[in-house]
Amino acid sequence: MSTTIKVARPVDWTGIFFAVVLTLVIVVPLLVVGTWAFTNVWRFPSVIPQEFGLKFWYQTLARADVWSSITMSLTLATTVTLISAVICLPAAYAFARMDFPGRDILFFSFLAGHAFPKFGLLVAIAGIFLQLNLIGTFWGVVLIQLVGTLLFMIWIPVAAFQSVDRRMEEAARDVGASPFRVFWSITLPQAGPTIAAALLLSFVGTFYETEGAWLIGAPQVRTLPVLMISFINNQPVIQYGAVLSVLLWVPSFIALLFARRVVNSGSFAKGFGA
Amino acid sequence: MSVLTIKDVTKLFPGGTKAVDSFSLEVADGELVCLLGPSGSGKSTLLRMVGGFETPSAGLIAIDGEDITRMPPEKRPTGMVFQSHALWTHMDVFKNLAFGLKLRRLPATEIKRKVEAVLELVGLGGYGSRRVTQLSGGQQQRVALARSLVLEPKILLLDEPFASLDQHLRERLREEVRDIQQRVGITTLFVTHGQDEALSMADRIVVMRDGGTEQIDRPDVVYRNPQTPFVAGFIGTMNLLEGTVANGIFTRASFSHPLAVADGPATLAIRPEALDVTPAEPGAAKVHRVTDYGTHGLLDLDLPDDTRLKAMVSHPAQYRHGMGVNLTPRAVSAYRNNAQIFRSEA
Repeated sequence: MSTTIKVARPVDWTGIFFAVVLTLVIVVPLLVVGTWAFTNVWRFPSVIPQEFGLKFWYQTLARADVWSSITMSLTLATTVTLISAVICLPAAYAFARMDFPGRDILFFSFLAGHAFPKFGLLVAIAGIFLQLNLIGTFWGVVLIQLVGTLLFMIWIPVAAFQSVDRRMEEAARDVGASPFRVFWSITLPQAGPTIAAALLLSFVGTFYETEGAWLIGAPQVRTLPVLMISFINNQPVIQYGAVLSVLLWVPSFIALLFARRVVNSGSFAKGFGA
Repeated sequence: MSVLTIKDVTKLFPGGTKAVDSFSLEVADGELVCLLGPSGSGKSTLLRMVGGFETPSAGLIAIDGEDITRMPPEKRPTGMVFQSHALWTHMDVFKNLAFGLKLRRLPATEIKRKVEAVLELVGLGGYGSRRVTQLSGGQQQRVALARSLVLEPKILLLDEPFASLDQHLRERLREEVRDIQQRVGITTLFVTHGQDEALSMADRIVVMRDGGTEQIDRPDVVYRNPQTPFVAGFIGTMNLLEGTVANGIFTRASFSHPLAVADGPATLAIRPEALDVTPAEPGAAKVHRVTDYGTHGLLDLDLPDDTRLKAMVSHPAQYRHGMGVNLTPRAVSAYRNNAQIFRSEA
């Protein structure tokens, strides 16, 4: 015979309250948008749609501007991520392994782009770009979005590089690898998973970026989020916007799965000096 | 094959501390020399300078007469085994060993042959496809050794290679490493803070302290005839007694022993196995503790001023806490001003 000892666990009302509020604020809108995307007819005051269906998926995906903006967004995000990697990864390695004058100030300067109201900054940059004939061009948008990726692409890889055992690199030098070869064959693969997450974050960040793309790119360069905003603003049919948002969830969902690894491993926190 | 020459090497760290202070050493062909010292004695810094990971502030390092003092590590004919073995965890065992050979642009069949041969040498034949992380600590250390040996370096550098292993494995591995080193006949510099390792493996031991050399000798000589009180206290168990000599007699509290040196202060060093104990009341010392190791016993003895001495005895059962004993050293060495002034053999 066994006796069960009941341990009185106090009910965490505050926790439950926050959980409920967060669920309402985050999940309910997602559910509503998700439902709208697969709805053919949904009239007030019914709680569930009268008719489910893929009608608006066909209609949305039949539009040429949707496809051209999807292509534009993918090309843009890929270009920005690649250029950002080429610029930022060696820089991050330098931050992680070398000591040079102004290192700390330079390191924190990447916060500057995120420390001020973004739109004000963008308007100022747009003024400069206007002079340089970069407004409405693909490379103008690339340039503005590169700025947005710098923080992630420097800080996260710095943490990744710092966590690579220095002796592994020395062992590679010892068997005859040049410093560049060590970076390529040892450091980069060792830091791989974390850097992959940083790449993904910058890809997704660029993919969703709206203000810069709109202010610098409009009207010639139209990304998916920019198109979605114009749909929401100009079309009386809710479903167009809903279908586009569901489409836009895909990359962020994949990114979240990867980002979990980074956040859990603590290297993300380390990048921020924890 | 190869001779390593280190001449007047000094390493200053930023802030002015001297990690290594005009150190000189010549390691003969095929010789295994152990750098032995407490942490902070500069032994690892010295090894890293030979490997090319630190640059000497002054002095010269040469291999077979060729100056390598300022050569980057990838150009040096040295192979280093790191304390944490530093294997590349994203590669399997074969790739770890093949990496250096690939950099030398050897044909694939040649690489395969060499890697398999070296795996046999370290007793890991057939382990090529294993992941590094699947290996035990001892196996990882063997792979690290193989990774250096496969490139046939002129000088092998070992930086406390067994520090992360447990005692049992350490003893086995040091025999194996010594075996392989002698079979290959490679000139080796070995850093350790474990005296057992140094005594059992080395052809010669360099006892280091504060970046300088205390003594360079064969292990048995370092053990039997330590040249400074530091070496005497660092290698093996040693009773070090500070006292004074007057009229040819060394005295410390109730303990005295004839010592044919000039009057003045002196440090007397006696090994526990060279200190004879005879029961006597009241006696010069009191037994504090008796430890029976089976093959022998160890007595902790207290002089009246609480100086603790250790003596080895063959029949520990006859001693009890509080018993009085007289002490007769069979062999002593004596030091004054950090130098040996007297030595007697058993």
